[in-house]
Amino acid sequence: MLAYVVRRVATIVPTLVFVSILIFGLQQLLPGDPAMVLAGEERDPAVIAHLRETLHLDKPFPVRYFYWLRGVIHGDLGESLRMQQPVRALIAEKLPVTLELACIAIVIALAIGIPAGVVSAVRRGTAWDYGANIVALWGLSTPNFWLGIMLILLFSVTLGWLPASGYVSPFENWRANLASMLMPAFVLGNAIAAVLMRHTRSAMLQVLSSDYVRTARAKGVRERDVVLKHALRNALIPIITLGALEFGTLLSGAVLTEQVFTIPGFGKLIVDAVFNRDYAVVQGVVLFTATAYIVLNLVADVAYAVVNPRIRVS
Amino acid sequence: MQSRRLLPVLTCLLMLATGVAAQTLRIGLAEDPDVLDPTLARSFVGRIVFSALCDKLFDINQNLDIVPQLAAGYQWSADNKALTIRLRPNVTFHDGEKMDAAAVKYSLERHKTMPGSNRRGELAPLASVDVVDPLTVRLNLSAPFSPLLAQLADRAGMIISPKAGAAEGDKFGAKPVCAGPFRFVERVAQDRIVLERFPEYWNKAAVHFDRIVYLPIPDSTVRLANLRSGQLDFIERLAPSDVPQLKGDARFRLTKITEIGYQGITINVGKSELAQKNPLGRDPRVREALELALDRDGIVQVVMDGEADPGNQWVAATNTFYAKNVPMPARNVARAKALLKEAGVPNPSFTLMTPTTADAQRIAQVVQAMAREAGFDVKILSTEFATSLDLADKGQFDAYVLAWSGRADPDGNIFSFDACKQPLNYAGYCKPEVDDLLNRSRTTLDTNERRKLYADLAAIVLKDRPIIYLYHRHWLWAYTSKLDGLQAIPDGLVRVTGLRFK
Repeated sequence: MLAYVVRRVATIVPTLVFVSILIFGLQQLLPGDPAMVLAGEERDPAVIAHLRETLHLDKPFPVRYFYWLRGVIHGDLGESLRMQQPVRALIAEKLPVTLELACIAIVIALAIGIPAGVVSAVRRGTAWDYGANIVALWGLSTPNFWLGIMLILLFSVTLGWLPASGYVSPFENWRANLASMLMPAFVLGNAIAAVLMRHTRSAMLQVLSSDYVRTARAKGVRERDVVLKHALRNALIPIITLGALEFGTLLSGAVLTEQVFTIPGFGKLIVDAVFNRDYAVVQGVVLFTATAYIVLNLVADVAYAVVNPRIRVS
Repeated sequence: MQSRRLLPVLTCLLMLATGVAAQTLRIGLAEDPDVLDPTLARSFVGRIVFSALCDKLFDINQNLDIVPQLAAGYQWSADNKALTIRLRPNVTFHDGEKMDAAAVKYSLERHKTMPGSNRRGELAPLASVDVVDPLTVRLNLSAPFSPLLAQLADRAGMIISPKAGAAEGDKFGAKPVCAGPFRFVERVAQDRIVLERFPEYWNKAAVHFDRIVYLPIPDSTVRLANLRSGQLDFIERLAPSDVPQLKGDARFRLTKITEIGYQGITINVGKSELAQKNPLGRDPRVREALELALDRDGIVQVVMDGEADPGNQWVAATNTFYAKNVPMPARNVARAKALLKEAGVPNPSFTLMTPTTADAQRIAQVVQAMAREAGFDVKILSTEFATSLDLADKGQFDAYVLAWSGRADPDGNIFSFDACKQPLNYAGYCKPEVDDLLNRSRTTLDTNERRKLYADLAAIVLKDRPIIYLYHRHWLWAYTSKLDGLQAIPDGLVRVTGLRFK
């Protein structure tokens, strides 16, 4: 087992090196001179020269990469030139916001998707089923930004129930935090809810037609118990796996939602950094995300190995 | 017994009084400002925050006149090569330090020498600063420089606390310490900037808010939604298409100011060899034909919903330096066709590069349609701003839709664009007589003399057309009707002094 873990950890290092070269290289392919963008409207040649020097743009690619890698190894992801803040601090500040948004969104998605899927499966072929399917299709096909604007117009401008945009820290005021998160989380969770609903429906249909469900019914178990206790429990297993997978999608989906609702999260950080050619931020954020994915994958692999000895051997 | 009864009443009154006094002004910005260091700052939107945070030696008023702010008065030397500024007494910085001649010297020298300073170019002719006495400084110039006062009415004239400047170095922007009506409290990148009233401000009677919170909200629809739902008191840069929504709603007011900048089409007339390959860059008659093919009123209607003033020069027609000898030409398609025929290219073709902003793309489409009627074949190349800037700088374009936010002095709208080899001269325009006129307009302080020089410049430059000017946008400010005391100054910066809730 230990040998397996060591082997897997060892593969992380070359993967991360490859990822870091890819991130750095792709960034260099972005058209446009970052020094010119950062120099602002005046574009004073002296400022551009200074920025080029600060960014090491006057050095060849491998040298620039080396400077950056040296910093990364020492835990220094560089500094945002536009915001004059260390990238590490920016990540630490923005990540919890996006994680909170994604968590609330997944809760909303589960709360909508699973009951809708169950109802749709149990009442297959009825108006309930068709209704749920139409709603799911609508959820899947509605663009996030449009839904976001519509919700803002309804709940903020017309009804005045929720703040139109912005973010309040839960440590400052948890009620205001929830109020500010509700609409964006709904927009984000909406599409996932549709996917979850479709999967719950098909899993439930499969389970409901299995032998043990028929047996339960034959024994006279109440229909409600058959559905909720016998069928749903089994059907939920693939749904939960799917929910976990969709969590990753949520993090990337947050990019657009954060723009619409002006939530200062990870997505907004990276989009603004790309447009402002704030290289250090783009590199730092992408490297951090890639590392997180790789490490989580490793944890999952090790967990599988713990459960299933065959994996260790192979 | 009676005093006991009075106590809750008094407490309530006191609470009410503090409640009224503890007022916060929430302003929605169209972008997140860059670093809040007057020396390093680059963005327009940052200047809005600075106007509450950092006082300048001078300011401009509604008529673009220079008025003293931290200065109490000034005098030019006989040869116009030295400017003596008397400073306002008893002014303190937010850290309690004194704002005096030494602080002015420190700040100006910091602007001049700090690596990466964006003010160095603006203060280029400033050779040295002398402290004459604690409240008098003398700015010695290498040559007379008429735009100096206007420069000192912007970021180059912002005075920072030398103590904080020395302590923080290039990290000053994270915790700026100036002498403005409000002091810095906190900033959460991309989320908010919070300022609080500075009790020792020299003009504290004009400050009526305890806090200002700036919230960057790039989407104009969301910005407006925040105003309408009461979460913001003021938003800058309302989208012209949203104006009808607010009209007739008594809860809100709208202020329109014609900007000091412009929107135009820059033409590659000499930036690279591409200029000679395209009839548009090669032949002034083709450029004249293009201008004659355009209906500026139509462009303003379609692109800006009427929220701009059509214009043919680097300053608006209302500006004192507008050259009346070159009036705005009316659309004349027949004349445009004749000019193209005369130039031997009845159907010239060129690529119009545009950033991906909605306004710029609409301009490109309208120009394409109008120019087609005269025989032009315009291809639109829509590209993200950073890329377009790079292509423009390398001269890899025929024509480019580009806006300029404008400066109070006309020099700021023309010198860097039309003088040979200047950083913003994307057109690659270069003429010795134009350079001569531009330099003379910089060295003379007499307004009438400068007006004449700009008229001469207009006669040459507007005929050569390195830039075809289209219009001057309206700054559209929307705010709650409770807000009073707004000063509509053409630079588009929100002055918070004098602002109050009714």
